Amino acid sequence: MKCKLIAAAVAGTLAAGPALADLVIPDLSYRTGPYAAGGTPFSDGYQDYFNLLNARDGGIGGEPIRVIECETGYNTEKGVECYESTKGEGALIYQPLSTGITYQLIPKATVDQIPLHTMGYGRTSAANGEVFNWVFNYPANYWDAASVMVNYLLEENGGSLEGKTLALLYHNSAYGKEPIRTLEDLSKLHGFELKQLAVDHPGQEQKSQWLQIRRERPDYVLMWGWGVMNQVAVQEAANINFPMENFIGNWWAGAEHDVTPAGEAANGYKSLNMNRVSDLPVFGEIKSLVHDAGNAAGDGSNLGSVLYTRGMYAAMLASEAIANAQEISGVSDITAAQMREGMATLNITNARMEELGMAAIGPEFSVSCQDHGGNGLGIVQQWNAIDKTWVALTDYIAPDDSVTGPLIKEDSAAFAAENNITPGCL
Amino acid sequence: MFYREAGDFKTSYVADSQTFPLKLDKVGFWVTMMVAWGVIPFVITDYWASALLVPFLIYAIAAIGLNILTGYCGQVSLGTGGFMAVGAYACYKLMTSFPDVNILIHILLSGGITAAVGTAFGLPSLRIKGFYLAVATLAAQFFLVWLFNKVSWFYNYSASGQINAPERLVAGFAVTGPASPAWAQYLVCLFFVTLCALIARNLTRGSVGRSWMAIRDMDIAAEIIGVNPLRAKLSAFAVSSFFVGIAGALFFAVYLGAVEVGEAFGIQKSFLVLFMIIIGGLGSIFGSFAGAAFLVLLPVALKIVGVDWLGWPTDLVAHFQLVIVGALIMFFLIKEPHGLAHIWGLAKEKLRRWPFPY
Repeated sequence: MKCKLIAAAVAGTLAAGPALADLVIPDLSYRTGPYAAGGTPFSDGYQDYFNLLNARDGGIGGEPIRVIECETGYNTEKGVECYESTKGEGALIYQPLSTGITYQLIPKATVDQIPLHTMGYGRTSAANGEVFNWVFNYPANYWDAASVMVNYLLEENGGSLEGKTLALLYHNSAYGKEPIRTLEDLSKLHGFELKQLAVDHPGQEQKSQWLQIRRERPDYVLMWGWGVMNQVAVQEAANINFPMENFIGNWWAGAEHDVTPAGEAANGYKSLNMNRVSDLPVFGEIKSLVHDAGNAAGDGSNLGSVLYTRGMYAAMLASEAIANAQEISGVSDITAAQMREGMATLNITNARMEELGMAAIGPEFSVSCQDHGGNGLGIVQQWNAIDKTWVALTDYIAPDDSVTGPLIKEDSAAFAAENNITPGCL
Repeated sequence: MFYREAGDFKTSYVADSQTFPLKLDKVGFWVTMMVAWGVIPFVITDYWASALLVPFLIYAIAAIGLNILTGYCGQVSLGTGGFMAVGAYACYKLMTSFPDVNILIHILLSGGITAAVGTAFGLPSLRIKGFYLAVATLAAQFFLVWLFNKVSWFYNYSASGQINAPERLVAGFAVTGPASPAWAQYLVCLFFVTLCALIARNLTRGSVGRSWMAIRDMDIAAEIIGVNPLRAKLSAFAVSSFFVGIAGALFFAVYLGAVEVGEAFGIQKSFLVLFMIIIGGLGSIFGSFAGAAFLVLLPVALKIVGVDWLGWPTDLVAHFQLVIVGALIMFFLIKEPHGLAHIWGLAKEKLRRWPFPY
């Protein structure tokens, strides 16, 4: 016992040593547990892109990047441990890829003044930058996703969802519950009926939910799933012969590993995506400069997959924000406060994405002090089980801001009142 | 040489029945208390508090609670996670409904509410025991988690179903919320640990504890010699749940600050606390501390050795951790079924005879 305490003490002092002069990016990843299938490719893409910048450009603005990986297992307690153990190293930005950990970190990061980027997850009302000064969730959030789904279905049904039944199959956690409020408002607006079906962590047990779907035959099933839950849901949908084209997942339920276990039965399953999946030139560079040099994060097998691309996209948005912050502050070794400044004035254009070798990976958007949420665009993609590819069915669909906007205002105002925050720009 | 009773004379009944009859034990206890209260608060950092000490202290309370029920009274419980959730949600509702009342009172009240719920779920123990009781408490675990997920009154109708601890002060210092300093969090937990450990220690030495142990060792015999099983069993459930409820309230309000019931208080939490008392030692207060320390520190120590020192991939270390914890549990069950507390006892025995063992 004593030995362990001493070991921990020594390590604690080592970990709290002086921060080196480089750009520190903690990667709170999860490569173990029921959500590893999603966490691994995301983390691979995230790290590989920073490794590429180090190998190709010597970092950002001449400053090398140091990625510190910390395994959270999608568990909030471990997430807090990871946050506390890495924040002292001069961390610039946290992307925990978990809504639960995000809720944990929002107050902590705000007090410690370290920006938090929760791309397409986390607390939706963080889009209100005047309340959540240190939290960003561009380019899209869950309420956007719910609205994009409904807008897509409206288009499919000639502009009306009157009398239709939509079932929401959701992970019974903060993550899965996020879209309910928006969908309830949308169901009042468009006259469809919303059925809620909760699936408990980790999501392997869904027999009763699909029995209910089989009995009630909703017109569409929307899914807020993650990890092993997605694979099971697609398999269960196939088992009850639910028409796959009426089964739509959100952007965390639309990767290769979610559909491949069901084989050809998964053909036609749809999902949202916030980034395009294509054969980008940047993958070639990662292959030659990172993977072939033996610096691949993970085993290097995920290159180009949906979540790998999204992880890389997240890293690109972070590195662009760093470059932006360096330009604003005039120093290359930026602080977390300068990083926030860089994120709050970020502007992503098509020309810049093309220049980076990832043409049209995401939509054009810009961030402002008031709006931390981006424009919320999403595409609908469909799985082709024969070619094993995701096929984009639509261009970027815009959410209905007249529905999500007031909800964001209301929720962020409640948060501000609870925590004695006076809304305003920093 | 050490731990000798010889020469340690007692001249009154009070002196003879004190908590630590041996002088060395007494000195050790006061030195520990002095370090815990007088030294650590001044040197503690954020990392030490939130990664090691605060979770250790909170799990120690939960382990003491479960140890009273399982270790002293022999009633196997798999509902610890659910009862911790009761403590956490009670604390949240109290904190948000009565913001002006001191948080320490709320935490004690949360323990009281959990004690009531625990007693209600303890009623089946009057009819069933062993595996059947374990299954009944397992039902409590799943029912409570389901309840806190389903009924939105418990989380004040928030959209995410999460509960967030607002900032509350004790003597002008924030102890909950993100701005609370590490030492304040630590001291609040230490206060409750000290309180709970003293109560537990004295309860288990007194007539109540003896009636629990009588029930544990043979319930029929205990009933014949005049132990009321209804009172013994239900009081064990009540006291145990009181401690577990306090642990749950601290876990939510002080340690994490935001909690999702399924994730934070799921079945794995029940198992974790059960492993703590198995590894630490059933029927021992010291064992509760040892087990909690072991299972809180081990993953962190393994991570530091594996990732920071040896530079192994994080997933490999995380997998190794499962292997090592599993292997250790098997090792303890085979080699030392009485846990770390027994090893400590053996060490004391050895020290006593040192340097002339016979």
